[in-house]
Amino acid sequence: MDEIKLIEVKEDILSDNDEAARKLRDKLRRDRCFAVNLMSSPGAGKTSLLLKTIAALKEEFKIGIIEADIDSMVDAEKIRETGVTAVQLRTAGFCHLDAAMVKTGLEGLGSESFDLVFIENVGNLVCPAEFDTGAIKNAMILSVPEGDDKPLKYPLMFTRADVLLVNKIDMMELSDFDPAALKQRVQSLNPGMPTFEISAKTGRGIALWTDWIRRETKVFA
Amino acid sequence: MHELPVTESILNIILKHAEKNRVSRVVSVTLHIGELSDLENQWVQHYFDYLSKDTPAAGAVLKIERIPITLKCRNCQHTIKIRKEEMDGLSCPECGTEGDFSFLSGREYYIKEMEAM
Repeated sequence: MDEIKLIEVKEDILSDNDEAARKLRDKLRRDRCFAVNLMSSPGAGKTSLLLKTIAALKEEFKIGIIEADIDSMVDAEKIRETGVTAVQLRTAGFCHLDAAMVKTGLEGLGSESFDLVFIENVGNLVCPAEFDTGAIKNAMILSVPEGDDKPLKYPLMFTRADVLLVNKIDMMELSDFDPAALKQRVQSLNPGMPTFEISAKTGRGIALWTDWIRRETKVFA
Repeated sequence: MHELPVTESILNIILKHAEKNRVSRVVSVTLHIGELSDLENQWVQHYFDYLSKDTPAAGAVLKIERIPITLKCRNCQHTIKIRKEEMDGLSCPECGTEGDFSFLSGREYYIKEMEAM
């Protein structure tokens, strides 16, 4: 009978993706392309936020959009109507974007010709948190109807984000959402993370977010 | 939810090590998965069994060791180990500072070792 050997592996499971993400970030730095990975639940307002963001920033930045959608072109069509370049990645049932998919999207777009790119991840608070996309910054949207308890259910996502947008703030009165409870929960997962209350519908607070982008792109450049 | 790509990654890594170490059958694989991960043990094993058919890793048992969440108070540097559901409203038991911690562990996604013959 053969003897059982113990083999030390000592490797990160996602090391291939992490390595691909690192290379992609290096390329984005060389191209001076500030790419933001946008993550949220389905329906939290990623596309609406992008439309407002494009309207506010398209004179200052050359903006490109990478859309991930499980199997539809609806979001990319809406973006293209603004005149901004968008590429759609059909993720064919995938629950998240990984660095290889984002690389394909950036090549489709030509990251060297853009100075601001938004990557609209798949609507999901679980899987996108585990996979580094290679983006320079991670932004997360939480919408008021989802509730203030989401940091308790999906803590990893809140630890990965660099900025949190609390969207649909115009619906606050209709719900029992407690902004102070949210703030405290977010704070314990990600101390000091900037959090902006916005409404992608009315435009309230959008300036806080676009100012954040202006500041971060200056630091990046 | 993302168990399939994660499992593919695990399989690729251990097959690489199996070849390097010239073993013909992998008996078990020990994984370190952080408590903050939503990875479901039974699904990982299920996908693994499916993907590893006709490979030297067929039939291997995945031993998943969950790594607790370790936090360090950013005020007094005290460290604590907690469970995911204990994170709400957490204050430092040493200095009382509310919710100002950095993560020392709990987000691991790591293959520690494997048994093979």
